[in-house]
Amino acid sequence: MVAYAWLVPLLPLAAYVFLLVLGRRAPEGVAAGVSVVCSLASFLVSAAVFRAAASQGPVGPYLFHWLTLGSASISFGFEVTRLNALMILVVSLVSTLVLLYSAGYMHGDERFPVFYQYLNLFVFSMLALVLSPNLLQLYIFWEMVGLCSYLLVGFWYFKPEAALAAKKSFIVTRIGDTGLLIGIVLLYWASGSFDYSTVFAAAGAGQWSLGWVSGQELTTLCALLVFLGAVGKSAQFPLHVWLPDAMEGPTPVSALIHAATMVAAGVYLVARCYPLFQASPGALATVAWIGAITALLAALIALTQRDIKRVIAYSTVSQLGYMMLALGVGAYAYGVFHLMTHAFFKALLFLAAGSVIHAVDTQDLFEMGGLYRKLPLTAWTFLAGALALAGVVPFAGFWSKDDILAAALNTGHPVLWGMLLLAAFCTAFYIFRVYFLVFTGAPRQPERWQHAHEGSWVMTLPLLVLAAMATIAGFFNSPLNGDGLEHFLFADSPQHQIGYTAPENVPLMLLSLLVALLGIGLAAAVYWRPRQSQRPERWARAWGPFYTLSYRKFYLDEVYYAALVYTGKGIAAVVDWIDRYVIDALVRVVGRLVYSVSVLLKFSQTGQVQAYSTVAALGVLVLVAWAMLRAGGVH
Amino acid sequence: MAYFPIPTGSLLALGAILFCIGLYGALTKRNLIIVLVSVELMLNAANINLVVFSRLGLNPGLNGQVFALFTITVAAAEIAVGLALLLAVFRLRKTSDVNDLNENKN
Repeated sequence: MVAYAWLVPLLPLAAYVFLLVLGRRAPEGVAAGVSVVCSLASFLVSAAVFRAAASQGPVGPYLFHWLTLGSASISFGFEVTRLNALMILVVSLVSTLVLLYSAGYMHGDERFPVFYQYLNLFVFSMLALVLSPNLLQLYIFWEMVGLCSYLLVGFWYFKPEAALAAKKSFIVTRIGDTGLLIGIVLLYWASGSFDYSTVFAAAGAGQWSLGWVSGQELTTLCALLVFLGAVGKSAQFPLHVWLPDAMEGPTPVSALIHAATMVAAGVYLVARCYPLFQASPGALATVAWIGAITALLAALIALTQRDIKRVIAYSTVSQLGYMMLALGVGAYAYGVFHLMTHAFFKALLFLAAGSVIHAVDTQDLFEMGGLYRKLPLTAWTFLAGALALAGVVPFAGFWSKDDILAAALNTGHPVLWGMLLLAAFCTAFYIFRVYFLVFTGAPRQPERWQHAHEGSWVMTLPLLVLAAMATIAGFFNSPLNGDGLEHFLFADSPQHQIGYTAPENVPLMLLSLLVALLGIGLAAAVYWRPRQSQRPERWARAWGPFYTLSYRKFYLDEVYYAALVYTGKGIAAVVDWIDRYVIDALVRVVGRLVYSVSVLLKFSQTGQVQAYSTVAALGVLVLVAWAMLRAGGVH
Repeated sequence: MAYFPIPTGSLLALGAILFCIGLYGALTKRNLIIVLVSVELMLNAANINLVVFSRLGLNPGLNGQVFALFTITVAAAEIAVGLALLLAVFRLRKTSDVNDLNENKN
């Protein structure tokens, strides 16, 4: 079965090509139907591949020769490891649900078939990315998911914010991609291959074929460059600024690309290249610190945002920080585990938020309220997602987040642990702030509330499936099934070479649960059914500058604007001046010179053929005279 | 009949003088017909040179004389074309004055 893993990305590609041929006039039902069927088939194949991988372990890579460059040969193909078997399962499941959901959410959009084309192309790229057996192929699909993200964020390009956000997301991630490309080229240069196994063997032994830098330094440099790519794609500090803006895209896009799959590609990259990172303690520490800073910073920003999607977007940034931290402290399995649970509950939160936005046609939290009575199913599923995110037992997020916290403490990183615990408190607070503001209390805008209603079954079914997953996905790696996921991931490395696993720690579990409940309680105290509706405002005023700091996202956008845009504009002004007054001036001087000479010369053009002939005859005379002089006169 | 050769230099001088007269006429005369006649003069000056060298040159032979015959033929064709052009110009401009044909001025 594993040999058929190539079908997994190929089915969405087939759907993409089919829709491309049908064009923009394709009926909605056909576009959505074909996509969902292909994606579902892809999911079924993934499930079979996953089962096979669980019983047989990693298979492949299946390689085909592609290019010969000098003495080096570059191949393409696919491979199935335990890690990417899990990834394709998660990606294809979430994709199927989002494709189904989009049929309801995007209903009536005049570019509906185009939306499905882009989504299918994205699903193909993402699945192919995780199945890639070498870094070059990974990079190609890495760029393709970036392109799809750009196209989908800017799908409503006629909105200026959407066009700007698409540009921003593309440019900011490009910074990271450049690092990744340099890292890949450097690794190829140093090891002579793009293949993971060759590169990792060289990294493990510290045997690089580059003389000008020591092996250890080169390993660290390459790991950091690869991590830079992950920072861009997974929206880690300091390149996290694009993800919240990317919320201008349609909500299914946010759920699929900017919560469950593409942004997790960075985490996947670090996990896939884990041997490289393990060979460099410095790089691992960087990953851990960046992850912790991101987790805390984004959680603090999410506390005060007014836009429902932005809160969830910052939450995504924060949770990706958790995953990075897990990888950074060596808890490989927990990072992957959190990636999986997060994919489910965050896709759920986005789709539920999309359901709310669909119902009330606004994204401002303070224009919602009391929607529980209108959207009970959305409210319940959102609650499941919120509990999973906050980390309340027994929902998915509890198990994965608790594992990460325990790993951070047990590997001797109390500071990071403290940051994460604070972030966990904020997480519980902000997500329940959203829940209470949206679903409880009195409607703040009764006319919007009046018209709200649940979507059709295509929108509610994905919510229910994801809510079920958000509730039970945690048990894949809970003590109740003997840490099944760890055993699955580590089955081929008996001494747990690839990362650390923490023993169960009941007091820690209780502590993180307590923190989550405290956060929920505080959110309830402030935002649940405020009798005097002034309570949230008073609460905001009480925090004064801190509230503003969080609301303005720590002024990072402004700082970047000042640091980068003004610098760029300054450099551009200087270059512009040089271009205008030095280079162009030279060109103009040459032009003027030729022009004035020709103005003078034009008076010699009398139009009289005889005058020209006279000059020609004189010229001949001169030439003859000169030739005779050269020859020494007439004899 | 005594064989009294004309010196080569004199013959060449004749060619040169004829050529100069032709050149002078071609460059100074205003009437197009005279200009064409002058061009013929120059061609014939060249013919004299060809014949002289073919008979009295370092490698005497018939080549130069044959070549002169060709030149005469070509000159006839040339003068025919030239006169045709002249007629066309005259019909168009009602003049055959060279100084009036200065459309390319400046």
